[in-house]
Amino acid sequence: MMEDETFTDISGKAISLSCQDHSSLCKEFVVSVPKVSIGKVMVYTCCVWLLAYVVFFFTENTAVLSSAIFITLVGMMLHIHFVKVDHETLLFIGSLGIQLSSSYASGRETTTFIEMGKIKDIVINEAIYMHQIIYYLCVLLKDPSEPNAVARVVPLFQSSKPRLNCLVKVYKSCQEILSKC
Amino acid sequence: MVLKIFFPQCCNRADSGLLVGRWLSGHDSAVVLAVIHYPFIPGQVKQYIQQIQARSGVELSVLGSWSLPKEGQEGMESFLRDLSTIFPQKRWLQINRELGKTGFNCQVLSRDQNGRVIPREIKKKADKIDGDDGEKKGKKKTKKEEEKEKEEEKEKEEEKEKEEEKEKEKEKEKEEEKEKEEDEEEKVIFVHYEQRKVMLSQLHPIENGLSDPTTDPTSELRQMFRSVALSQPLFFLDRYDDGPLKSTHWQSEGREASIIVELLKHSTLPLCVLIRWLLSIWTWICNIRVFSLSPLRFLSSKLSTCVQLSYRTEHMRTLSSQKPAAGHTEFMRKANMVVSVLLDVALGMLLMWWLYKDNHISMLANTLVPAADHVAKELEELLQWLMGAPAGLKMNRALDQVLGRFFLYHIHLWISYIHLMSPFIEGILWYGGLSACFGLTFALSLLSDMVALLTFHIYCFYVYGARLYCLKIYGLSSLWRLFRGKKWNVLRQRVDSCSYDLDQLFIGTLLFTVLLFLLPTTALYYLVFTLLRLVVVLFQGVLHLSVDFINSFPLFAVALRITRSYRLAEGVKFKVLCEEPGTALHLLMEINPLKSSTVVQLYRTPTYSCYPKDSWAALAKKLFVGELIYPWRHKTTKTD
Repeated sequence: MMEDETFTDISGKAISLSCQDHSSLCKEFVVSVPKVSIGKVMVYTCCVWLLAYVVFFFTENTAVLSSAIFITLVGMMLHIHFVKVDHETLLFIGSLGIQLSSSYASGRETTTFIEMGKIKDIVINEAIYMHQIIYYLCVLLKDPSEPNAVARVVPLFQSSKPRLNCLVKVYKSCQEILSKC
Repeated sequence: MVLKIFFPQCCNRADSGLLVGRWLSGHDSAVVLAVIHYPFIPGQVKQYIQQIQARSGVELSVLGSWSLPKEGQEGMESFLRDLSTIFPQKRWLQINRELGKTGFNCQVLSRDQNGRVIPREIKKKADKIDGDDGEKKGKKKTKKEEEKEKEEEKEKEEEKEKEEEKEKEKEKEKEEEKEKEEDEEEKVIFVHYEQRKVMLSQLHPIENGLSDPTTDPTSELRQMFRSVALSQPLFFLDRYDDGPLKSTHWQSEGREASIIVELLKHSTLPLCVLIRWLLSIWTWICNIRVFSLSPLRFLSSKLSTCVQLSYRTEHMRTLSSQKPAAGHTEFMRKANMVVSVLLDVALGMLLMWWLYKDNHISMLANTLVPAADHVAKELEELLQWLMGAPAGLKMNRALDQVLGRFFLYHIHLWISYIHLMSPFIEGILWYGGLSACFGLTFALSLLSDMVALLTFHIYCFYVYGARLYCLKIYGLSSLWRLFRGKKWNVLRQRVDSCSYDLDQLFIGTLLFTVLLFLLPTTALYYLVFTLLRLVVVLFQGVLHLSVDFINSFPLFAVALRITRSYRLAEGVKFKVLCEEPGTALHLLMEINPLKSSTVVQLYRTPTYSCYPKDSWAALAKKLFVGELIYPWRHKTTKTD
């Protein structure tokens, strides 16, 4: 029941969306972001090292070079552990809740689960992002004190930021499940 | 609605029996807690459930039946359904598992008012329909047959040649029907959970234990966690117990006990009594009237050792109280306190061992006096520099000399004071070092106090400089107002316009000019001594921060988070387990541990530095205006 399709994100990079139907009540959407390209890593590393070498040329202090190596290594580790998201998963389980998880390039995974009782609706929203207007999918949470008010908005696919056509696909299947239960 | 069944993982391979659990109020879900095996006497089961219910306060009931057929156990269906009449329930679950298959099948029988059993949803594979499986199915079957007959007649009338195709069509129809059935059937979600972890874990944010779960519209998961945690008496029965009932649930591997732990448990009681007795004596001493006189009281509120002492007294009072911890929060608070006190004392002992090992005390004392001398000498040189033309600035010579001499005299006084003290310093250090046996925090606070006392001259200089500077700034600002024909209205707290006499204006302007030209000299002295003071305040601030860190760091909670991450749960996460087409959805529920940063934030013991401190901007403003800054917080500033 797996189907893979390629879409683009808001900046035009290719991302892939795979939908998995576990049953009529449970669907899983995985948005995968392309991996880090080796060229980019090379460029950044070369930049840091060249800069370090220029400083070394004037100061003649070898500590500069070793610290440059250290900075590159630590920077790369921090990048893949905290910044670079590999794929984002939305697990929609009818009548139980929505699970959002994003796994980072280093294998770290952060998961949040929102119970169905708290969810008011799931909608596509517009937002101004830098100099452009983007669409994003978000979960509206209920306010326990006021039944009609929205307490909080939880945006989905925050780091991959897919375009509207991809969002519509996810939105339709989510609404399908929501209407069932 | 979709039925959710929370099923413990340990019961996956249990022998057939009765499911004992609880229906969650307000939600369409059931929590299975245990399986009671055959053979049993229904009366005994009812009695047992009532017993457990009374002990745990959870509404337990028999949810249904569980069957894992072994060889030679066929045709249990009718027997299982009969059980539902023995244990009358609104809904009766019939979960069965077939050997060699991972998925469960579930059948829900609901009961109307007359007590008749109506099978509501049937989850079975189509190829395994039994004769006595439920009326609805039977009806469906007959309808199907009728349709088939009709079709066949039609087909006979029309064409007889294409029988093969028809058969294919029939098969297709059958398949479609099957799919339809599946669509109807897929209304049960099995959520597997690990009973022990769920029982021990605490779902955050922590709910008040006092609120009634039945009236509260609490979330489903919270209710589920709660009911598993509360039904601990149910899990008390272990596999070596010989009772009338055999059951499967999470079981300890028999009860264990360690002699040391038991001894420790027994020794805590007299220890608590002893601590309480000591504390009562201590409070009696503190309440003596001599100590409540104003200078002593003021001093004790400013000395960090006294503050630390009062904190520790408070902690010990909480720890030695006889009442057991009421809820999770209080328990964690107490545990954190115990760990922090123990760690504190251990670190203090380490420090003591180092101090008294190679006579480091006398070494310290011998370096302290020359260091103070050195500081004084440096200060003198600094003053001499300021009295000349510092950094090429030309100051007001008369005022410069007056200020410089004044401060030089002060330093002279200070040095003689230090030299008077020098024979006693070693003794003071020796006895002060003993305080480390109460903990590292005491030693650090004592150090902070000693630094404060030894740098008293710097503090004095700072105060003089700041007062002078402050006076000038205020004078200048009010005279500037006069200059513009305004004045500060005290009653209305605002600036009003005012008409001054010519004499007033003349004197005011003259004073303004004098003050303005004398300002740079005072400002320079103020600047230099403020910088010195800031260094001392910074050092004391670091000491206070480290004391506060030891006092408030929730070491127990962090250790719990690292070693038993399921104990502090932020939420849950689900994994899809089995994907056999036709069976119900199986999910695995895992516990999502709390983030470490959240643990520290939630469980840190509240101390004085938890209050919001002055912002940097406020501090800079204070420095500019010439208000005094302290490493401790003023009572007055705390209120606003």
